[in-house]
Amino acid sequence: MQTLPSANAENPHARRPGLAGWLLLAPMVVWLLLFVVAPMAILLVYSFCTRDDLGRVVFSFTWSNYARVFEPIYLQVLGRSVLYAGITTAICLALGFPVGWFIARQRAVVRNRLLLLVMIPFWTSFLIRTYAWISILKSEGLLNATLLAARVIPEPLEMLYTPAAVMVGLVYAYLPFMILPVYGSAEKLDNALVDAAHDLGAGPVRAFSEVIIPLTWPGITAGILLVFVPAIGMFAITDLMGGAKVAMIGNVIQSQFTKARNWPFGAALGIVFTLLFVLTYLGLQWRARRARS
Amino acid sequence: MARSPRPELTHPLASMPDTAPMIDIRNVTKRFGAFTAVADISLQIQTGEFLTLLGPSGCGKTTLLRMLSGFETPDVGSIHIAGEEVTHLAPYRRNVNQVFQSYALFPHMSVRDNIGFGLRMQKVSDVETRQRVAEVIDLVALGGFEDRMPHQLSGGQRQRVALARAIVPRPAVLLLDEPLSALDAKLRHQMQIELKRLQKRLAMTFVFVTHDQEEALTMSDRIAVFNKGRLEQFGTATEIYHQPRTAFVADFIGEANLLDAELLSRHGTTGLIRLDGGLEVRVPLSAWPLDEPRAILSVRPEKVCISAAPIEGAENSFEATITEEIFQGAIDRLKVRTEAGTVFTAVVANESAMMRPFHEGDRVWCGLHFDDLIVVRANATPAT
Repeated sequence: MQTLPSANAENPHARRPGLAGWLLLAPMVVWLLLFVVAPMAILLVYSFCTRDDLGRVVFSFTWSNYARVFEPIYLQVLGRSVLYAGITTAICLALGFPVGWFIARQRAVVRNRLLLLVMIPFWTSFLIRTYAWISILKSEGLLNATLLAARVIPEPLEMLYTPAAVMVGLVYAYLPFMILPVYGSAEKLDNALVDAAHDLGAGPVRAFSEVIIPLTWPGITAGILLVFVPAIGMFAITDLMGGAKVAMIGNVIQSQFTKARNWPFGAALGIVFTLLFVLTYLGLQWRARRARS
Repeated sequence: MARSPRPELTHPLASMPDTAPMIDIRNVTKRFGAFTAVADISLQIQTGEFLTLLGPSGCGKTTLLRMLSGFETPDVGSIHIAGEEVTHLAPYRRNVNQVFQSYALFPHMSVRDNIGFGLRMQKVSDVETRQRVAEVIDLVALGGFEDRMPHQLSGGQRQRVALARAIVPRPAVLLLDEPLSALDAKLRHQMQIELKRLQKRLAMTFVFVTHDQEEALTMSDRIAVFNKGRLEQFGTATEIYHQPRTAFVADFIGEANLLDAELLSRHGTTGLIRLDGGLEVRVPLSAWPLDEPRAILSVRPEKVCISAAPIEGAENSFEATITEEIFQGAIDRLKVRTEAGTVFTAVVANESAMMRPFHEGDRVWCGLHFDDLIVVRANATPAT
């Protein structure tokens, strides 16, 4: 789990947790130790190991796995992953911000209904929803059939198994993760502040850049992290909708652990990748702190 | 008539009867669904005037203010500010600024940046912005707080920042939406005087919204009293207080004994009326300008004279019993009941600390002077 930057993060009134606080935290701490810290430690150890011919991990120290991570082919994959995840995040922000803002400005009843609509897709398995997209986009799928029947196109378009299909899949999967945190911030923003900006001569653009963006910034950064981080490691969508033609870093790591049976190299990739997230997160936090002071 | 270029602004009504009004509201109506928030209001506000829109919550005063600032648009009618029609003009194109009830200070900006916001939006140069912000910080006595964030300020300080932020762009009109309602009583009274002084010093037109009649009387050059979306009365504080035109105004501003009255007979210039409860009172017929036989008599509690002896010089003098006496510091509040059964509330000054002059159960004389008897229509019709 990510810890998200929030208004409470630097709450000056925060107390130190007492014994009861630590007891309440204990299940979470144990869980994190067992299923986050321990596996990461194992990965870290593996990443310095080698493998034998049968793919078993041999405990001997080497840097070679890390050296291999920085070979051009993997850097290229990493670059492509960052690009795809970046575009996904940008599109999600462009689509999700107005939606989150709009929902936050509604009456309570309408607002709750709209939020429910955003969350309803989660009731269905992610894989089933991805397959639904496949049946929409494939050559003899719903979209092609409709366009053909409407005589918009003379023959079926090749939409599935293209980079565009991957983008559609990624944006679809992660849009709610942008909408919800933006909504969370926008809902707390007092409408009088926007009124005050207009009253003092700020047109729509200035009011947006001077007041709305800074005050919804926690939600925006949370949304960016929630979309960018999982999107960069996604492998199911690229496999299913990209036809394994568009390899992203997630696909490479997955194949190291499965098909290639090179766990040490997969571990090294995973570690580098995790470090990348941590740096991104620290960078965003640093920016947020600088913006505040 | 020759007009001086800088007219004396403290008495706008006396000095500028023939200049164009700063704000001209013509037949404005605003509905929200089936609810009529503002019903056919026409109002002219003079340059340099301190005008208060007064009324209970939901009376339409805030909606009218929001139409002046541009956040609402009238369904019918027009609004002119400084000679320019602004009925449909966006808020950020209007030469008016507002002090919001919640202050609406930008939480991510320092005091200095909050106050300078309007100037930055007007693309005033950095040098001039710095200078004008410093001046206004001086004016509202916020020196030393320039770098504080809004959450580091007290309620009264935030109120000053909101005020400074709204006046620094030098708007033609300053709109104030119940800006003092969040302050405690003592600070509120202090700010009332300060605001009034500031308004005189800046010679700026202030439109002030409040539901507090005392606040309105303290600060305003003129008061527009609203009820249920309609303008009940528009006049100076003295007029509103001493010559209320409707029962609503008499009751809402200050305190009033409101008694149903019936005209029994006319005797030259006086008429005999019978009040609710049965007491018969003589009133000047000039106070009864109505053609109807029934009306409402309004008497301020401080105008009900109470004495141990019959009151000389009062046109009406009658005996009554004190049924309730409440000590309130400077004054005593009394309930008196006449033999006929009519009940009045009266207040008398506690002039001596040695004794309280009246007690429950005392038989006293009550007096009512002609001048203090106000007659208003039973069914209030809005004044024009």
